[in-house]
Amino acid sequence: MSWLETFRTGINGVLSHRLRSALTVLGILIGIAAVILTVGLGEGAQGQVTSEITALGSNVLTISPGSSTSTTGIREALGTASTLTMSDVSALANPIVAPDIKAVAPITSSSETLTAGTSTWTTSVQGSIPTWLTVRGRTLAQGRFIDNQDVTDHAAVTVLGATTASELFRGVDPVGQTVDVNGVPLTVVGVLTSTGSSSSSSSTSDPDDLAVIPITTGAERIFGGTSRNSVSSIAVQARSSDDLTAAYQESDHLLLQLHGITAAADADFTITSEQSLISTATSVDRTLTILLGGVAGISLLVGGIGVMNIMLVSVTERIREIGLRKALGATPRVIRRQFLVEASVLGLIGGALGALLGIIGATFLPGVVGDPITISPTAMIGALVVALVIGIAFGVYPASRAAHLAPIDALRNE
Amino acid sequence: MSTNTHVTPPSGTSDGAVIELERVTKVYRTGSIAVAALRGISLTIDQGEYVAVIGPSGSGKSTLMHILGCLDTPTSGTYNLAGDNVSNMSEAALAEVRNRRIGFVFQQFNLLPSMSAWQNVELPLVYAGIPRAERKERAMDALARVGLAGRVHHRPGELSGGQQQRVAVARALVTEPDLILADEPTGNLDSVSAADVLRLMDELHEAGRTLVLITHDTEVASASGRVLGIRDGLLTENDDRFMESIR
Repeated sequence: MSWLETFRTGINGVLSHRLRSALTVLGILIGIAAVILTVGLGEGAQGQVTSEITALGSNVLTISPGSSTSTTGIREALGTASTLTMSDVSALANPIVAPDIKAVAPITSSSETLTAGTSTWTTSVQGSIPTWLTVRGRTLAQGRFIDNQDVTDHAAVTVLGATTASELFRGVDPVGQTVDVNGVPLTVVGVLTSTGSSSSSSSTSDPDDLAVIPITTGAERIFGGTSRNSVSSIAVQARSSDDLTAAYQESDHLLLQLHGITAAADADFTITSEQSLISTATSVDRTLTILLGGVAGISLLVGGIGVMNIMLVSVTERIREIGLRKALGATPRVIRRQFLVEASVLGLIGGALGALLGIIGATFLPGVVGDPITISPTAMIGALVVALVIGIAFGVYPASRAAHLAPIDALRNE
Repeated sequence: MSTNTHVTPPSGTSDGAVIELERVTKVYRTGSIAVAALRGISLTIDQGEYVAVIGPSGSGKSTLMHILGCLDTPTSGTYNLAGDNVSNMSEAALAEVRNRRIGFVFQQFNLLPSMSAWQNVELPLVYAGIPRAERKERAMDALARVGLAGRVHHRPGELSGGQQQRVAVARALVTEPDLILADEPTGNLDSVSAADVLRLMDELHEAGRTLVLITHDTEVASASGRVLGIRDGLLTENDDRFMESIR
């Protein structure tokens, strides 16, 4: 008996029990759609995190105080201010000492409440110097950025992020307006261009929601604190992505030297790169995806058991048909193939419909949950293959039961 | 009812015996209990014979039918079907023998309800690997031979019992088998339909077919040319006293 005939027989078998076939297909369908959507959700979240971190600035290293041990946590000396100072910043900015570093921006930051007229808005206020703009890879939408004169003068000026500006000054041109921070009135001199990745993701803070002030102004008038020389972190921009490793080593050596530390393990600072941030953030997302995917996989497994259950019922119910086919000359192999084809047709239809439901879900769900869902062709093909394999794997046992029925037992008159 | 009975004689051996059984036994084991259903049956049925096997229930006639139909193998003894020893064949080889050499007619008709009459009739040809077009032609011919040319597209549920059994006879004929084995073919039919099916059997016999009919009904058995009695797993051939005793 040819494969073509076997397929025709198998498909007839599926079609002659429509309701039962539809219910079996439903099990596979839900499983496949769930897997496609969770994997798509995970991939979408990873893509979003990556693009948000990239938006922080390219080729950038972040130096933060405290040492990180190889295992966990950050070690900080109790009761001291940050170990990073403005003299570290000027050393790093020296092109003779650190030739691979293009620009350095010290950052002091604090969460403060801004008041403009009747509106208030709590955001991250960052004290820095003019190089901040290039290191962060940002541009201005309006006005100007803080300049060296502002830093020297401890000028009461600020540049707002796009979100912050629109929250504080709805519809009003913010440039020239005044915002109060801790009782200090600051003049808005510019607004940053929106990065475009300002969707509400919990993974990173919104890069468009901040206020930048001269670092001196922050230290003297807003943040207070013990040491006016210390900074919260230093952003270092390498000349190119190829120089990132060299810039890392230069920063590391220089800071160890400046801080008088001989053993690298005793370092009182930590240098992180964009890549390590991305890998941390994506590994969190990946864990979540694996977890959700596992749950979806279980539903797929249940769907597969459904196929097996239905095929076993089908074998029992069609015992006379099997006996008759055997009496008319069907070999055990032909019977086994017929039932395998039926099971894999059920699996494949379930897989195809599940993939379709996945696509529909990926189109409409992001509007509801607000997270992007990325569906790759690989995931689609993978889902179909998995559905087919499930059909076959869970069809093997019922099919061989059918194949080994003795024709006389199957034909026996009731 | 007149039917077209121009049947070509079956292929197979022409030198006489279609069935040769030699001291065939069949023992069923259920746990530690062994039940001998057949206790040494020797039997020869020639080409073109019409034989009825008659016996009460429990006599072993069903077991004999299963062995004759290659649905089961004997515990001991030999069975030659059309010259080939089928006593110890594998399941797959027996499937091929059933497909090529034997046509079955069952008491319950055993038609597949989701298929039309002609699709039921072509089923043995599907397993024989015959091309589609030829299958359909041969199925139509066989249905015409049993007088159902006008019912080829009907499903079993749309046919009367007698018509369904004639579809089953067409299915048994379509492969041109060496042997047609009918197990209580009239058991589920009213007397008119039963007479119809028996007349069809007669016509097949006249056309040169080898027929074995298994029944418990002496009236049905008397339609055949030779009656074999079976009781307690043993044969009593042409035994009038036996016939009397079960009458």
